[in-house]
Amino acid sequence: MNDMPMVRFENVSKRYGALTVLDNLNLDIGRGEKVSIIGPSGSGKTTVLRMLMTLEAINDGVLWVDGEPMTHMMQNGKLVPATTKHMRRIRAKIGMVFQSFNLFPHMTAMGNCIEAPITVLGMKRSEAEERAAELLDMVGLSAKKDHYPSQLSGGQQQRVAIARALAMRPKIMLFDEVTSALDPELVGEVLQVIRKIGREHDLTMLMVTHQMGFAKEFSDRVCFFYQGKICEQGAPAEIFGNPKNERTRQFLNAVLEAG
Amino acid sequence: MWIRMLAVMLAATLLLIALLSANPEYRLFMPGLLEGAVLTVEITLLGAVLAVFMALVAALAKLYGPLPIRWLSTTYIEIFRGTSALVQLFWLYFVLPQFGVFLDAFLVAVLALGLNIGAYGAEVVRGAIISVARGQWEAAIALNMSKAQMLRRIILPQAFTAMIPPWGNLFIELVKSTSLVSLITLADLTFKAQQMNQSTLKTVPVFTLVLLLYLAISLTVTIGMRLLEQRASKGLTRARVA
Repeated sequence: MNDMPMVRFENVSKRYGALTVLDNLNLDIGRGEKVSIIGPSGSGKTTVLRMLMTLEAINDGVLWVDGEPMTHMMQNGKLVPATTKHMRRIRAKIGMVFQSFNLFPHMTAMGNCIEAPITVLGMKRSEAEERAAELLDMVGLSAKKDHYPSQLSGGQQQRVAIARALAMRPKIMLFDEVTSALDPELVGEVLQVIRKIGREHDLTMLMVTHQMGFAKEFSDRVCFFYQGKICEQGAPAEIFGNPKNERTRQFLNAVLEAG
Repeated sequence: MWIRMLAVMLAATLLLIALLSANPEYRLFMPGLLEGAVLTVEITLLGAVLAVFMALVAALAKLYGPLPIRWLSTTYIEIFRGTSALVQLFWLYFVLPQFGVFLDAFLVAVLALGLNIGAYGAEVVRGAIISVARGQWEAAIALNMSKAQMLRRIILPQAFTAMIPPWGNLFIELVKSTSLVSLITLADLTFKAQQMNQSTLKTVPVFTLVLLLYLAISLTVTIGMRLLEQRASKGLTRARVA
């Protein structure tokens, strides 16, 4: 089972009515690999993460996580659509951070980080708080643990959201344009936290980003999406230094020009 | 600030009642009217409890129940919203006995008004639930919560804050509709007033006092709801925009 990649998209398609968002996607993400997804808006890149988090159902294909099918399950040697129970068991391995933070506004930073460990994992409160305190310390927010999200800056909220996701001990972390809603001066603090967890945790990381500098320096591989397909992928040095595809080149030029 | 204004209004109303009662013309009616007011408050409180319970059950059933349950819930909501509360009272009190079911007038009052306001409340609850940002559901899914856990821990607490002001409206509506129970023999505030008016023909003192007593009850409800809103919106004030 361990020779299977951490995530495998096998002929996965996603359609909204007549609109094909992802067209027959095949993509493997290795264990511990850090992959950045870039591309113009509407290219389907966020959909890739949302399908993996089970926020969107897929129309075709199979999604594999950690050697097991997630969207399907084995029954008498055949793949059948997964039950909610099966999906939840596999989904436990995945954590996600959103563009708009989505912290629970009626709970403090600490409350956000212990909610799911207690209700979902059945952890004792003291144990969950201890772990959450460590994580909030790691994201540099020990002093803010009793603050409500409305009392925190965007950058601080996003760092709490990262701590909250890590509190569930995922094997895979998804980052969906996590700095896009932030004021420019707050982007750095969030990226720094992501760098840190990349170093300190043995996580497979998949991120959709517009921060080309960060993608270049942080990821093992960059995938350029265009119109629902992977147009080009490779090592960051290659994609950013010497893109083969005309579309990639156009996109990078446009992005770099915008600064 | 709103609460202070409301509190001043309530104090003024009570003061006015006290001042009027100093006049023997008015004082005469106070004991009887207060007796009626107690019954009005009792029906309001019990009706409110039933209404909140029914609203919550009906809204959740309509949103998340299997098809037959959804039908059942929609039927309840439409029947009790779509017919007059007075007719509902009459039906339970005068029609059910024809089928051998005899209910106490007080029970009928609580049942009919609670179910009636509960039907309106169901739509309030449903609206509040669907107004919670989609991102909150998604975050809860990403934390691998079950549907029940999401509702109980994430969605309902936030919806609760949004539904307090409309519930305030409904409770005041409830206070006022309790006057209908005077038509099924219950001696509430309105019943007492009519009785006294008919026997003494002192229309001005009787109905002035009744007006002020209803106002005092409604203002108390409003103040209570504002306090509840203040407490519940902790942390939610700014985040709701995001």
